[in-house]
Amino acid sequence: MSYLPYGIAAWLFLVGLYGVISSRNLIHLVICLGVIQSSSYVLLLSIGYRAGRVAPIFVDIPANTPAVDPIVQALMLTDIVVEVTVVALLLSLAVQIHKRHGTLNPDRLTKVSG
Amino acid sequence: MTRRVRRIFFLFSSVALGWVFFLAYSSLAPFGYGESKYGDMVNAITVPERHITDAVTAVNFDIRGFDTLGEEFILFTSVIGVVLLMRRQKDEPAGDHEDQASGRVVPPASDAVRVISLLLIAPTVLFGVYVVTHGQVTPGGGFQGGVILSTAPLLLYLCADYTQFRRAVPRRLVEASEAFGAAAYILIGGACVALGGLFLQNLLPLGKNGTITAGGIVPFIDLGVGLEVSGGLSLALLAYLEELLEEKEQ
Repeated sequence: MSYLPYGIAAWLFLVGLYGVISSRNLIHLVICLGVIQSSSYVLLLSIGYRAGRVAPIFVDIPANTPAVDPIVQALMLTDIVVEVTVVALLLSLAVQIHKRHGTLNPDRLTKVSG
Repeated sequence: MTRRVRRIFFLFSSVALGWVFFLAYSSLAPFGYGESKYGDMVNAITVPERHITDAVTAVNFDIRGFDTLGEEFILFTSVIGVVLLMRRQKDEPAGDHEDQASGRVVPPASDAVRVISLLLIAPTVLFGVYVVTHGQVTPGGGFQGGVILSTAPLLLYLCADYTQFRRAVPRRLVEASEAFGAAAYILIGGACVALGGLFLQNLLPLGKNGTITAGGIVPFIDLGVGLEVSGGLSLALLAYLEELLEEKEQ
């Protein structure tokens, strides 16, 4: 009986959020957003885990073997795809911001754009 | 808002947020003891009714294939967003920001990096194709295999140079691969409708368990998604590298 993985998910979310609000560099900020998103992976996988059961791959085991929940694993897979593309999009926004304002520091950015 | 005020504000709100997390998670079942009728049901039907031995692929491409279509288009639109944002704009100031590390020479790739990435290209492509085509048998599928395939051009960039990379990864081919892959998913769904079924209803013969033809339409969707993901990520990579090179030329 343990709640530790849920605690880790909450901690990852908060620590990533702290990174986002205290960031001095937009690239660092995007990576912190990735940390926040990884908390959802931990949460989804720990919700789907069943003690003593196998992975839901039935290629070399009987089809009625008790397995863990495949639905949350499928959700996590698409979650990763979304994260990668969102990070790529945000990084290209950071490139554009650096081109136009010559800085990646979000604090100086507010002064530049007024 | 100054940095200090922001931090104090975060401190208070994170305590509140942590409390909400605690309330939400304490009503969940302990780790390893949850229950999900849907999950058990998917595990029960995936092999006998779908002939798919990887239940995760069965969920993604068969049982909720329509939702995955939407997720694939998230990838598609963000890649288009990356390409649009990286495109040189007319009113863009040309390199007037100062170089923060001027005079620092970028060292060329070492021989070890070049040899290893050259040796890795062929196995990477083979492994990517294997993962794409065996999604319904073992863990893998279009998304995972597509990402593996798109690392092959990156390895080529590491072991050769940008011109070689451009020659091996023609922009038109990559764009066509992305567009065709994205269209394939819809076309497969439309073909199911044309054959008298529902959108993405699995009408094809289900094949033998554990082979690459098992699962009806699932291997075809996997192929389409593999094309889309490998094309899309290569296109994003190309956009970033073009940007980098234009910066250098100035």
